[in-house]
Amino acid sequence: MSDDHSLLSRRNALKCLAYGGAGTLFALSGGVFTPIDLAMAAGDKMGAAKLGKPLFVQISDTHIGFNKEANPDVAGTLAQTIDIVNGMYDRPSLIIHTGDITHLSKAAEFDLAQQLFTRLRTTEMHTVPGEHDTTDATVTEYFNRFGKASINKGYYSFDHAGVHFIGLINVLQFKPGGLGTLGEEQLAWVADDLKGRSASTPIVVFAHMPLWTIYEPWGWGTGDADQLLNQLRRFGSVTVLNGHIHQIVQKVEGNMTFHTARSTSYPQPVAGVGSGPGPLKVPADQLAAMLGITSVSVVKHPSALALTDTALA
Amino acid sequence: MNIRRTQMVLTAVGMVILGTMEVYAPSVADTTDSTKITVKDFMFNPTPLTVKAGSTVTWTNMDDEPHTVVSDTGLFKSGGMDTNESFSFKFDKPGTYHFTCSIHPRMVGTIVVQ
Repeated sequence: MSDDHSLLSRRNALKCLAYGGAGTLFALSGGVFTPIDLAMAAGDKMGAAKLGKPLFVQISDTHIGFNKEANPDVAGTLAQTIDIVNGMYDRPSLIIHTGDITHLSKAAEFDLAQQLFTRLRTTEMHTVPGEHDTTDATVTEYFNRFGKASINKGYYSFDHAGVHFIGLINVLQFKPGGLGTLGEEQLAWVADDLKGRSASTPIVVFAHMPLWTIYEPWGWGTGDADQLLNQLRRFGSVTVLNGHIHQIVQKVEGNMTFHTARSTSYPQPVAGVGSGPGPLKVPADQLAAMLGITSVSVVKHPSALALTDTALA
Repeated sequence: MNIRRTQMVLTAVGMVILGTMEVYAPSVADTTDSTKITVKDFMFNPTPLTVKAGSTVTWTNMDDEPHTVVSDTGLFKSGGMDTNESFSFKFDKPGTYHFTCSIHPRMVGTIVVQ
């Protein structure tokens, strides 16, 4: 991608692109997605080199403990996912898990998930919890294992390769009948965290539930996300990642790119189809194509990130 | 003394009967049973449910997706209920009790205790 193209792209105030299938690749330049050749997903070294080094891989909704018809072997599909990550060309050192590690917040489920994660050949893993990880009264099981980075608050930030990452929790303060919530305390912390940070710092925000409203009747959104997004608008490159809905949906708004990842466990219906967002049963030979991961690369350091979705099959 | 002892025995008998009822309650939710709420297709049914003070209400999840039952006031909170799992709570005091599923907050229900 040429510099001229990047500049032109930056001037585009709003663009909506959509729906990567297996292996579709999007380069993000100054906040605008541009589809480019399939490269990394196919393991094409020249293409991969053009894309730069993968910055991190996003895994989501592993739902360890789920054993129903939609996927009786979620440990198996997570193992397949780990094989894909371990086999990536120029494997990134950072993994982000955007929640629903377990299905029912049980100690044995967390133990199995952790055991499986140890096989990931990466040096750093960051997580945020999903609502399935917090169904025990005190969120003890999650925080005992993954609470250290946030001192059991669930939200925290860190820097990696010149990119500022912010992990948020939006699954604890549900309002009946409403969407996920970040809450005043967390929003105030974000304001403090961003204070004085240069607008040219690429920002990656990750949480479990979508930080924009995809489908309100199913709670696919976060009620007070606007207060977060307003704080991020001054930055030149903002990537907002979520899981929760077990399918890819994305949009680009100004310099912000929103992307939900596939699950590694089971697919869910498209918004509004059927009685609710439960496991979607598909023929066994179609399942792997509906599961997968997202990988994010630096295209033009430090302001350009590329997102790639890779299905298990 | 004797009267008090009789009362205690009767109370104990009452508790045993209540306990027995819970043990023998059918696992498949029966809408004609006035203390049972079925959780199916991402809905609580029936809602509102009206029961007498002292009743134990049982929620049973019939979906492939787990659900929870969480009181708006914090009075009761189930863990994640997997398919065919149940949660029970005894309502001693009259009043109106709202609850939600913390995994799917659009799912709401009400129990009226008379």
